[in-house]
Amino acid sequence: MTESVRSAFDPWVWKMAWRDTRTYRRRLLLFFSCIAMGVGALVAIRSVGQSLEQAVQAQAKTLLGADLELSSQRPFNAETEALIDSLGPRHSREVRFASMVYFPRVDGTRLIQARAIRGDFPFYGTFRTTPEDARRSRFVLGTALVDATLMIQYDVDVGDQLRLGSATFEIVGRVDAVSGESAAFMDAAPRVFIPLEDLETTGLIQHGSIVTYRAAFALPADTDMEALTSFLRDFREKHSVRYETVARRVRRMGRTLDNLYRYLSLSGFAALLLGCVGVASAIHVYIRQKLPTVAVLRCLGARSAQALAVYVVQTLGLGLLGSAMGALVGAGLQGVLPYVLSDLLPVDVETSVDVVAMVQGVGIGTGLSLLFAMFPLVAVRRVSPLLSLRASFEAPRRPDFAQISIAGVTLALVSGLSILQMGGLRNGLGMTVGMVVAFIVLAIAAFALTRAVRRLLPRSWPYVWRQGAANLYRPRNQTHVLVLSLGLGTFLISTLYLMQDTLLNQVARAGGGDRPNVVLFDVQPDQGEAVVEMLSEEMLPVLHRVPVVTMRLAAIEGEPVRRIMEKERRPSTWVLTREYRSTYRSRLFDSETLTEGSWVGYHDPDQGVVPISVGESLLRNLRVEVGDSLTFDVQGVAIECVITSTRQIDWQRIQPNFWVVFPAGVLEMAPQFEVVTSRVPSTEVSALVQRRVVKQFPNISIIDLGLVLKTADEVLSRVGFVIRFMALFSVATGLIVLTAAVISSRYQRIQESVLLRTIGASRKQIHRILLLEYLFLGSLAGLAGSALAIVGAWGLSTTVFDVGFVKPGAEVLAVFAIVALLTVGVGAANSRGIASRPPLEVLRAEV
Amino acid sequence: MLNVEHLTKTYATGSHELTVLKDVTFSVAQGEACSLVGPSGSGKTTLLGLCAGLDRPTSGSVALLEVELTTLSEDELSDLRGASIGFVFQSFQLIPTLTAVENVMVPLELRGERQVEPQSRDLLDRVGLGDRADHYPAQLSGGEQQRVAIARAFINRPRVLFADEPTGNLDADTSQTIVDLLFDLNREAGTTLLMATHDIDLAGKTDRIIRLHGGELVSNDSVNDERDIEPPRVAGEI
Repeated sequence: MTESVRSAFDPWVWKMAWRDTRTYRRRLLLFFSCIAMGVGALVAIRSVGQSLEQAVQAQAKTLLGADLELSSQRPFNAETEALIDSLGPRHSREVRFASMVYFPRVDGTRLIQARAIRGDFPFYGTFRTTPEDARRSRFVLGTALVDATLMIQYDVDVGDQLRLGSATFEIVGRVDAVSGESAAFMDAAPRVFIPLEDLETTGLIQHGSIVTYRAAFALPADTDMEALTSFLRDFREKHSVRYETVARRVRRMGRTLDNLYRYLSLSGFAALLLGCVGVASAIHVYIRQKLPTVAVLRCLGARSAQALAVYVVQTLGLGLLGSAMGALVGAGLQGVLPYVLSDLLPVDVETSVDVVAMVQGVGIGTGLSLLFAMFPLVAVRRVSPLLSLRASFEAPRRPDFAQISIAGVTLALVSGLSILQMGGLRNGLGMTVGMVVAFIVLAIAAFALTRAVRRLLPRSWPYVWRQGAANLYRPRNQTHVLVLSLGLGTFLISTLYLMQDTLLNQVARAGGGDRPNVVLFDVQPDQGEAVVEMLSEEMLPVLHRVPVVTMRLAAIEGEPVRRIMEKERRPSTWVLTREYRSTYRSRLFDSETLTEGSWVGYHDPDQGVVPISVGESLLRNLRVEVGDSLTFDVQGVAIECVITSTRQIDWQRIQPNFWVVFPAGVLEMAPQFEVVTSRVPSTEVSALVQRRVVKQFPNISIIDLGLVLKTADEVLSRVGFVIRFMALFSVATGLIVLTAAVISSRYQRIQESVLLRTIGASRKQIHRILLLEYLFLGSLAGLAGSALAIVGAWGLSTTVFDVGFVKPGAEVLAVFAIVALLTVGVGAANSRGIASRPPLEVLRAEV
Repeated sequence: MLNVEHLTKTYATGSHELTVLKDVTFSVAQGEACSLVGPSGSGKTTLLGLCAGLDRPTSGSVALLEVELTTLSEDELSDLRGASIGFVFQSFQLIPTLTAVENVMVPLELRGERQVEPQSRDLLDRVGLGDRADHYPAQLSGGEQQRVAIARAFINRPRVLFADEPTGNLDADTSQTIVDLLFDLNREAGTTLLMATHDIDLAGKTDRIIRLHGGELVSNDSVNDERDIEPPRVAGEI
């Protein structure tokens, strides 16, 4: 070891390392550019991550738009109002709720998120509109600002009208961006802003409406936020008010961004590892070509450590150059990445060249590529000088202790880096195991497929086909590495498509068969019959009419919820404080399965404690069991209940499901509203019904499956775009590895081509053989990647997401075809001139 | 200078063992030029490799410059080769990425010597390649490459020179030039020479001929003695 280190400082080693790269320099640089994409991705991601962190800190207040926000699902009580007044004059009010919007000019309706605002919110950050000064009109009665996506979707313009409930508004501007809110998730609920003073005229806030009341504050600079937070912590529990401060929002945002950052780093890291596998493979081929030189050096008196040091120095230098190229790619990419991520980011990110990220990227790239290259490099130590006398002499091929140690160190370093990237031991090790398993499975697939081609290719096929396939086995081939790297890219991209299809199909299937695909909610008791009549006029069935009663949990086993919260630190307090929307009925729905206890369908209120049925997961979160008692506060009336049964609920249906179900006979007289479900035969009929409902019953909101599907598709597509963008790094790395492999075997191909030409093959035939070789290679990689993606997506569907797997569609076929064609293209481009080299020139050429 | 005793070399090929040298014993005195002759597969190259410490015997001993080679590690063998041994190979074995002069410089550079270029150029001049010193091996003919290899072999003033078929890849005219050069330099430097060759004429230029057949030493005579006796049957097979 000490001798190896000493050799690294031997001037002859450096001189020889430099001289020995002559005629190989461009080729070697290409080998090491395999790591450039991975290093580039890591540098860009780290730079953007740093910028993002700084942006979140710098724009912390804009994330919330205020210093403090209070919110509640009920109108603020007198104590909260007093608190709001005491917190200073700079505050705004907002009432946020879901509703249907109707655009008369285009006769279109859609479920939106209505925001009735009073005050200058946001106090910090931007509220960007077109025209620019339209934001001021939030204070002008009868005007509305509408999300850009919604206006584009319905082809409405500034100056058009919209109807919300019973009120009509003029659209005075388009909302382009609001600080702290990501555009990606606005697809699910596009926003319509109206003045708070107009809220009453809409008539939309009725009993049972799901409404959030908010108050936001710009506090004086000298406010003691710590004391205020401590006060609010107690206040929250007494008055059912949630609070959010800038610090809390930054912490939560930090966690979300951490996850995004980790995912992006992971993709970059995978591309880098793939590049390192490519480097190791190229170095393996390079070193095999260098064995005679090493043998001569040993004859001339070079010690094994000196000979090894020559190639280690070369690898180090080239790893450094490749990584530096990657750092430059990263510096360029960091300008692009914010655009790719723009829909997912809640803050504006400005990137600048991050020298630390570049140095770190160069360090990781150089270190990892050297370590991966060391595996084939250490073979230099075992080169016998006897090779100078006998070219056929071969040293033993079994890995020695040094190679096994290097494999161990590499695995440890990759695990260490994974742990750093993933920010945790478990996730880091999981990622390493996952990658190693993916590599091994792909390697096995590559091995099995190439073997199958060899065995199954019919002997009756034309010669050029058989020769093209046989080329996959030429000595020093890199078939397995190429199938591995191209296959990994294919695997990542295809898995994403398959999972997107599977998840969307799951949503679509939720409304399949005779199941409901339209839900009308907020149906007031006096509207129920009219809604049913309207549906029957349109020849539509009423599948469910479900009463909903809102209530809060008051006590568990007689102990008040407030005391439980004071006494215990529970991870999920939401089950204690949330507003429950419960129902009552005498029978189970077909989406429910009784798992424990017995179902009680009717209860006489005079009989005392009410038997209720509770959803399984709620039971776990409440830490109760069958037989325990719960007390609910139903709008001021305490109802004591006992859990007599638990149910497993299939939530993946377009129909109302409930955590808590009361028996018939108890809640009939409580204030309530209804949810009605139906099944529409087409989107046209759905649109027609929505228009009728909005006109006839403006307070009723409708969700139809088409909207859910469209929303899910849009959100998945935006997220999927980022994931696919990152997967491209793997594909690009695969193509560079392919280019390097084609170039490193170029001389061999030229020799083969000369040989074939001397025995009578035409240039056309030689071209065909080469193209077929690349076609086999690309197809095998595509096949291995697609097959693994199908297995992976099936595994994810059945284990993680617990949904039915969708058979692979055209996308997987398209990815397969693109990978195969790209391989042929890159291979053909790098093989130009091979078939036209004059034999004599080739025979005299230097290897 | 070189003492070989009961040298045997066996290779394992699959389930079989192949003995390529059987109990060979001979010695070479300092300054002596000695040739190993025999038909293909007789074990010449194997014996040369063992004598130069390029390979290890299955049994027996090789003492070179009074050092028992079988007791040395690979790196100690390298040190010995770097300090005292020169090589000339049939296929020249120049390093393709180095120029002619750089190839000649390597042995000295490996010993850590500085300012080695002038003497390397001088030696290239001596072998008639002064004007081709900066050419790469691919730009030289076979004869020129072998002259560079000879210059490289003599640059560190070796005490022993091992040559494996030095004219094997050359035409007759070029061979003559190379042979003259090799023997002139050898004489001037007083180097001990052990040369494996097919060429009886070339072998005749050395002081002694060691004949091998089927891995066994069949004769070990001085050239003057050889001229007096009938050529053995194996010579006719060459």
